[in-house]
Amino acid sequence: MKETLPESILECQDLVAGYELKAGFVRAVDGVSFALKRGEFLGIAGESGCGKTTLAYAVMRLFRDNAKIKSGKILFGGKDITHAPEEEIKKLRWEHISMVFQSAMNALNPVLQIGEQLTDGWLAHKRGEVREAKARALEVLKLVDIPEDRYNAYPHQLSGGMKQRVMIAMALMLQPEVIILDEPTTALDVVVQRTIIEKIQELRKTFRFSVIFITHDLSLLVEISDLLAIMYAGKIVEYGPASEVFYNPVHPYTRGLMASFPTLSGPIVRMGGIEGKPPDLIDPPSGCRFYPRCPDRHDGCDRDTPPLRQVRPGHFAACDGE
Amino acid sequence: MKYFFRKIGLLLFALFVAMTLNFFIPRMMPGDPARELIDRMQGIPPEAMESIRIAFGLDTKDTLIVQYGKYLLNVLKGELGISLSRFPTPVRDVLKIAIPWTLGLMGFATILSFFIGTILGIGAAWSRNKRWATLTVGTFIFIRSFPYFWLGLLFIYFFGFRLQVFPIGNAYSFYVQKGGWDYFLSVLYHGFLPALTITVSSLGGWILTMRNNMINVLAEDYITVALAKGLPLRRIKNLYAAKNAMLPSITSFAMSLGFVVGGGLLTEMVFAYPGVGLMLWQAVQAKDYAMMQAIFLFISVAVLIANFLADLAILLLDPRVRDSGR
Repeated sequence: MKETLPESILECQDLVAGYELKAGFVRAVDGVSFALKRGEFLGIAGESGCGKTTLAYAVMRLFRDNAKIKSGKILFGGKDITHAPEEEIKKLRWEHISMVFQSAMNALNPVLQIGEQLTDGWLAHKRGEVREAKARALEVLKLVDIPEDRYNAYPHQLSGGMKQRVMIAMALMLQPEVIILDEPTTALDVVVQRTIIEKIQELRKTFRFSVIFITHDLSLLVEISDLLAIMYAGKIVEYGPASEVFYNPVHPYTRGLMASFPTLSGPIVRMGGIEGKPPDLIDPPSGCRFYPRCPDRHDGCDRDTPPLRQVRPGHFAACDGE
Repeated sequence: MKYFFRKIGLLLFALFVAMTLNFFIPRMMPGDPARELIDRMQGIPPEAMESIRIAFGLDTKDTLIVQYGKYLLNVLKGELGISLSRFPTPVRDVLKIAIPWTLGLMGFATILSFFIGTILGIGAAWSRNKRWATLTVGTFIFIRSFPYFWLGLLFIYFFGFRLQVFPIGNAYSFYVQKGGWDYFLSVLYHGFLPALTITVSSLGGWILTMRNNMINVLAEDYITVALAKGLPLRRIKNLYAAKNAMLPSITSFAMSLGFVVGGGLLTEMVFAYPGVGLMLWQAVQAKDYAMMQAIFLFISVAVLIANFLADLAILLLDPRVRDSGR
């Protein structure tokens, strides 16, 4: 995989995934398509329960128990991995696509030293010696500014920010082409958040991996993403270059999200929110899923599901607007 | 280290409390051991009676506090008194014979049950959607729900009485020479049914505990991370899931090891196995106070020491506990 062509490294085509319950199938991800180029930074934003994490898990093929990929395709480096056998996926994971999880507090095994947790993934993929694995682990720890002597520490001996940086170091161990960051800063305070984001940016510049950054905090994404996707009730409702989506939002949901956080320099105003709750994903409403909460709805919104259409070059939105 | 010393301090204190209670509770019970003795020794001349009372320490004019002090001193020296029912054998000697049987039988069965149960529990949680897992767990929970002495009676009836392939009592055959290979085989042969009873009936508990812990741990984020890292499933199962899930099981294992010393009272009765449990039952029947007191003391001490060892095991296995004591 060393082509110079700017082809997509990771692609989703009309992916439908979710959870099988007694009451029916929860379509947590419903017809999602995107293409991530090498070195690109894709931000995915949306409120809790919109299917962001399910999407990440689907891409990593991490589904267990009642979670299923119903239809659609996941392509990695042009190869269809949607139904690839477990053995093949196991090789793909971490070496080519790794992930930083939501809560670093629970993402580390409490009874193993972090050094062991860093090296075991490496050893599972490379047929190398423990000594080499350790050297690599110390290297990545240094990248995220964790002192060497923490190699033998247990997770509970580290602070929250340090744990998250260890997770990032772990994701870097095998120099994957794609790193998925699933709300990596949610559990941290804003100052630590900032340093983590800066660290990710810096590492990305050095190592040129692609990133999918998932968060419910839209403001975080604007300055760091190349592409921005807004998810609502399992669907991508708006998609395009980050600044485009941010400064010229088309979909009423995106506009609602923008109105939900204050600017630093503007006048103090009462923040608007979005009225209502997201729909039931077992039995979603017909037509546009945002229709019941939409301030701009009109006749016909409840009948036809609006497709993503291009509003400006490279900028798509699933709303016919007015 | 601070944790360690605190635990030792706690252990010593608890031992002291156990000894104290063991001294006072029998003295608060109704009934008089001296009376008991006199009834038992009818037809013995009064002078002899007097010396027997002195031997048992029943003539004492000491106050309760002085008695208590003497008792503590004696216990520390290992003097547990003279058995009333097996007069004039000291309690210590009676226990010396009974304890190895109980430790061997109960200890072996408990350890075996813990290991098999834990391994089955790990497997049952790991493949909890498979039919064999549901079947195994179900079967042993069902078996656990009947009283174990009843299971023992069932085994005795079928294997001992109907089929006559196993003996129905005792720990070894009286026809073989003590020591040596034949004796060893005889002990195994006699211990088989009681050990099987205890193992089979307690297996369900270990399976269930381990399975439930393990299922909880499998839902943890670090298991997902381990999967995402593409680790071999065996490593995830053993080092990520089982090691964490085992911590609570180890505590209850150590506790049950403590109770081993008390013997499987009913099992030993059913199989007429000459262990501590049977001894305790006989002591109660014969109102042998010295004996009862000694056995109770032994049980409390064993439970306390087992708990202490459990704390130490957790200290070794869980780094969080290790640090919290610093």
